[in-house]
Amino acid sequence: MNNVVRNQKIAFACLSGLGLLTVLVLIFIIGYILSQGVSMINYEFLTSNPRKMGSEGGIFPAIVGTLYLVGTTMIIATPIGVGAAIYLNEYTARGKLTSMIRFATEALAGIPSIVFGLFGFAFFVILLEPITGGWSILSASLTGVTMVLPTIVRTSEEALKAVPDTLREGSLALGTTKWQTIKSLILPTAMPGIITGLILSIGRVVGETAAFLLTLGGTLLIPNSLLDGSRTLSLHLYMVAMETGAMDMAFGTAAVLIVLILIINLTATWLFRRLIKRFS
Amino acid sequence: MSRILEEKIVKTLLFITAITAVFSVLLIGVFIFIEGLPIFFKYGIVDVLFGTVWNPTNQVYGIWPMIVGTIYVTFVAILIGAPMGVGVAVYLVEIAHQRISRIIIPAVELLAGIPSVVYGLFGMFAVRGVISSLERGPLAEYLPANYQTGYSILTAAIILAVMILPTIINISLDALKAVPREYKEGSLALGVSHWQTIYKVLVPAAKSGIITAVILGVGRALGETMAVIMVIGNTPLVPAMDWTGLFAPARSMTANIALEMGYAGPEHQQALFATGIVLFMFIIVLNSVTTLLVRRKARK
Repeated sequence: MNNVVRNQKIAFACLSGLGLLTVLVLIFIIGYILSQGVSMINYEFLTSNPRKMGSEGGIFPAIVGTLYLVGTTMIIATPIGVGAAIYLNEYTARGKLTSMIRFATEALAGIPSIVFGLFGFAFFVILLEPITGGWSILSASLTGVTMVLPTIVRTSEEALKAVPDTLREGSLALGTTKWQTIKSLILPTAMPGIITGLILSIGRVVGETAAFLLTLGGTLLIPNSLLDGSRTLSLHLYMVAMETGAMDMAFGTAAVLIVLILIINLTATWLFRRLIKRFS
Repeated sequence: MSRILEEKIVKTLLFITAITAVFSVLLIGVFIFIEGLPIFFKYGIVDVLFGTVWNPTNQVYGIWPMIVGTIYVTFVAILIGAPMGVGVAVYLVEIAHQRISRIIIPAVELLAGIPSVVYGLFGMFAVRGVISSLERGPLAEYLPANYQTGYSILTAAIILAVMILPTIINISLDALKAVPREYKEGSLALGVSHWQTIYKVLVPAAKSGIITAVILGVGRALGETMAVIMVIGNTPLVPAMDWTGLFAPARSMTANIALEMGYAGPEHQQALFATGIVLFMFIIVLNSVTTLLVRRKARK
């Protein structure tokens, strides 16, 4: 019996160690990047243009590019993703069609980002060049839409499912149409959950690099329209680290990215907590 | 009347948004295959898949080194990441106090949110530093000179192991939570220790979910591009097949595409799309296995 107790003690100690290790790894990564890069961040770094291929100066065009790309992607992806979730959850019974749509959504979630990049390059950049302007914010955004669609559909569906049926029935019993019920009752109730999904998607676009490497063009100029090429912070980090070899700039950019991601995650967590409170 | 019309229009629009995902998947598949297949026909499937020389300047397109590189690095990453991820999941479900879970779970979420280029940059300095001092220190006499740069399969695998942790932890966690309480209570009532209950009852009961978690982790590792490019060295050569191969610089399929697409001519581009096809096939096989597993579980 003593052996059993000892084994359990050893096993539990190991498992606690793994849990601790996970947290330490996170702290180490964030701490390392911030300690190397945070001293780079100042007003000039954030607001001036890069010089000498990004080895000097600031990261302003990359910030503008990131905002453009996130904005365009989300403006296109939100109605499609939320719409699909509404259709799946409110308008159809389980059947062949819905299971096909669910399968496709799952499949999209599993495709590697570089494959999205290849597709975006062949379809949006080359084939649709007259419309998208070739390597451009528009091409990259459309590619980004296909990437974040699964996240938005899945989280919106979860949020809609959590809305109690009594709300739907009560509203319909008052003589409103289905769409009126959804628009003025179901969607507002599910909103925190939907927004959590949207914020997670923004995080995905901010962090994505491989797909945009093949579709965004990577120019350091400030874009004038959606048909211009650009670069995001992540893409800028990759290019200055691997091509220019300016490591201080790379760490500075990485520190900005980490801060951004922290803000995005904290907002999502905060919203999610509010959502749980509302339903419990 | 207009309300009924509005209802119809809305329903049609929503239907269109819902099938966008289906169209996207079809378009992605079609375009990758249209662009990539010609290379297989021109140079022969066997020569492209199993050719060990990748030299686009002389029209030699063997992607075998990249296939081996991808499998090697994924395998090592899973070897590190899977036991750790499952271990953390078990810890969270069975052992940890709620106060501790409240620290670990957000930490795992945050790990999932860190951009892959940031992992890459971290790997380029922190992890590569450790690996290269190993390679040049105690292991120097066993390793050839080009295996001593710190850019290696092991470096990439360590970074990947951390990157796939959230996937493995989250899905194993759900699987373990789904095990009926009675299993645990029954086992404990028989006088079996908590730890024995965990590894003889709970983990086996959650087996299919845990396997799904690991497979999804494999998918993430296979498909990761940026972090791998930044630490693996990108040499398109088949790594040594003994233990020294761990320290070999190599190139993954994803890295092959991302590195060369920028300057590739038409035929070279097709060869990169062909690399994409192989990667795509890997993912399809993995997804089918997962679907089968989930279905088998549902039937039970």
